[in-house]
Amino acid sequence: MDTDLSSQDRKDLDKFIKFFALKTVQVIVQARLGEKICTRSSSSPTGSDWFNLAIKDIPEVTHEAKKALAGQLPAVGRSMCVEISLKTSEGDSMELEIWCLEMNEKCDKEIKVSYTVYNRLSLLLKSLLAITRVTPAYRLSRKQGREYVILYRIYFGEVQLNGLGEGFQTVRVGTVGTPVGTITLSCAYRINLAFMSTRQFERTPPIMGIVIDHFVDRPYPSSSPMHPCNYRTTGEDAGVTYPSVEDSQEVCTTSFSTSPPSQCVFTVSKAYFQTPTPVVTDTLRVPMAGLAFSHQLMVPGKEGGVPLAPSQPAHGTQADHERMATCTPSDGAHYIVTPSSSEDTETVSNSSEGRASPRGILEAVLVRKVGALVNNSVDQVTMTNLDIPFAMFAPKNFELEDNDPMVNPPDSPDTESPLQGSLHSDGSSGGGGGGSSGNTHDDFVMVDFKPAFSKDDILPMDLGTFYREFQNPPQLSSLSIDIGAQSMAEDLDSLPEKLAVHEKNVKEFDAFVETLQ
Amino acid sequence: MVESSGSSLQVSGWFRPKRASQPPARLVGAARGRGMNCRAEVLEVSVEGRQVEEALLAVLHTVLLHRSTGKFHYKKEGTYSIGTVGTQDIDCDFIDFTYVRVSSEELDRALRKVVGEFKDALRNSGGDGLGQMSLEFYQKKKSRWPFSDECIPWEVWTVKVHVVALATEQERQICREKVGEKLCEKVINIVEVMNRHEYLPKMPTQSEVDNVFDTGLRDVQPYLYKISFQITDALGTSVTTTMRRLIKDTLAL
Repeated sequence: MDTDLSSQDRKDLDKFIKFFALKTVQVIVQARLGEKICTRSSSSPTGSDWFNLAIKDIPEVTHEAKKALAGQLPAVGRSMCVEISLKTSEGDSMELEIWCLEMNEKCDKEIKVSYTVYNRLSLLLKSLLAITRVTPAYRLSRKQGREYVILYRIYFGEVQLNGLGEGFQTVRVGTVGTPVGTITLSCAYRINLAFMSTRQFERTPPIMGIVIDHFVDRPYPSSSPMHPCNYRTTGEDAGVTYPSVEDSQEVCTTSFSTSPPSQCVFTVSKAYFQTPTPVVTDTLRVPMAGLAFSHQLMVPGKEGGVPLAPSQPAHGTQADHERMATCTPSDGAHYIVTPSSSEDTETVSNSSEGRASPRGILEAVLVRKVGALVNNSVDQVTMTNLDIPFAMFAPKNFELEDNDPMVNPPDSPDTESPLQGSLHSDGSSGGGGGGSSGNTHDDFVMVDFKPAFSKDDILPMDLGTFYREFQNPPQLSSLSIDIGAQSMAEDLDSLPEKLAVHEKNVKEFDAFVETLQ
Repeated sequence: MVESSGSSLQVSGWFRPKRASQPPARLVGAARGRGMNCRAEVLEVSVEGRQVEEALLAVLHTVLLHRSTGKFHYKKEGTYSIGTVGTQDIDCDFIDFTYVRVSSEELDRALRKVVGEFKDALRNSGGDGLGQMSLEFYQKKKSRWPFSDECIPWEVWTVKVHVVALATEQERQICREKVGEKLCEKVINIVEVMNRHEYLPKMPTQSEVDNVFDTGLRDVQPYLYKISFQITDALGTSVTTTMRRLIKDTLAL
């Protein structure tokens, strides 16, 4: 029934719907960046603020949205969806919300496009601003950082609600009737936040340590990639530059008339301009209670405008495109190193502000710590030449065994101190447990148990002998079996004699007791 | 424990004639657009004493976000253009909640002032900690001398507040989260009402703009509104009433 709608109205309506879709995506993604959004009111119309609302345009997000739309508009069966998901540092991910902009067939012919529809779309955007702060994913996104990040994905077509788990809830943001159909904006969100592992899907290992501009073919070319919902303030020389509004961004300078609708004046002018780079402040980094995560893995970012990480159906596959650098308010670059992570981990921020070359960082982090006691020096001094105390017992350099007294014991095994003797006995018995490389003695040797710091002065035995002997003491006589051979009758017979003896000594016993009192 | 019921629709007893705006809708005859109908929405919250201000601000700002436009600039030939409304996120200190409000310091100051007065009145009343605050949107209708201008409301939002006292820190922590969740529900309720696209005043001409909008603010232009509150006892009867002009307006036929 396009004949009912003038061509001008039809064009305006299409434009409204297109920019409404773009602004919707901006609002949703910005609400999941993890920080508070603040824009200023302006009493004089600038002409560039669609729907009379100050909503900044993040170029990357606009680019992704336009790519997903590919020149089409939401229509029946073709919805624009923004999927918000959470991804942990271990690579597990979970869909949190799906925001849907749908169109159905219920038309409102009477409505005025340039006035009522426009104002109602503006109201719907305000409602979206309010609702995006109210779903559970908002609080999660405010706490994203080291342990998990929030990603978004835009797709166009049929709504896919499978990934939201059981019992997901829906909230309707609002509807606006137009002459070509009714626009509906709604959100389906997961309520079961129990973390599910996606390990049943094939998981590629995290792709780390790649040069920044390395691209990996995505195995699922049909699905659109995931993007992080946080990003660094890039300033003027952004490392990742997207084509910022090269095509004409149509500016809506609407004039409204208070006269009857037939005289409604509506002017639209085209202008070329560059959307300002949004300023993002640092995010709050508080771990989410109740979810156990390990350290975040930092992935090198990518340059260029084409993200290639797969997302469906396996969220477990590593999105190799994430840019998760954090930023401090003072400067634009901040590198996080997690030394306790695996050796493959390194942090490379995608900065190319010239502060530090990424390769330099690569090298700095990949240097492994040299183990202690590793002596790479070729020079070897003999034991006698070392002037450190207890030189005999200093760790030996195993590489040069010729001077090692342990390997080649001196001819006289008896020495002044037993300790030294013990060393020699170790040595004589074959090089001890240390073993030097190239030791030709037997692998297993009998080592005398020689406790340290024991001497033979006081006792004819040393501590070790004492210990050994008294580890196996003889059994108590009363517990030995021989006693059991004695019969009970003999015990009883001997009792009277014992009693007589005790009675004789009663006075002694009494005197003894008195001394105790 | 903290309890609060969801939003319930009550017909306010002040204005005539009234119409229930929640399905199933009972149409009471009066046509839409005449400005004679006033829809009324009631929200109830149970909060701790220190949460009263933030809870009220969250609700009021959410409503005013939807009921404010940019500043109108009238041009020749009866056309006008509209300024831009900015928004900002506000984190609550005593509630696990964030709300969006229009970026207007003047509006925020005005709301904080009246919410502060309400909180003081609640505290000083020594009653059960029950009170309600009403945000009313109205239109002015010029009357001929000697009659004063009529204020005809077209939407009233009433927030009933119940203050609870909690004993332990753990209860307070739970209260933080629960009130946050309840406020989320309230925001969804508010958005649902806004989305019905029911009666809104017609866009005024330049001479009439002050009868529909509050043009006194520098950066935004909300519909004409007034805020009143009263402290009630358990039976719901008014103990103290402020803004007696509201009552006077009702009685002035």
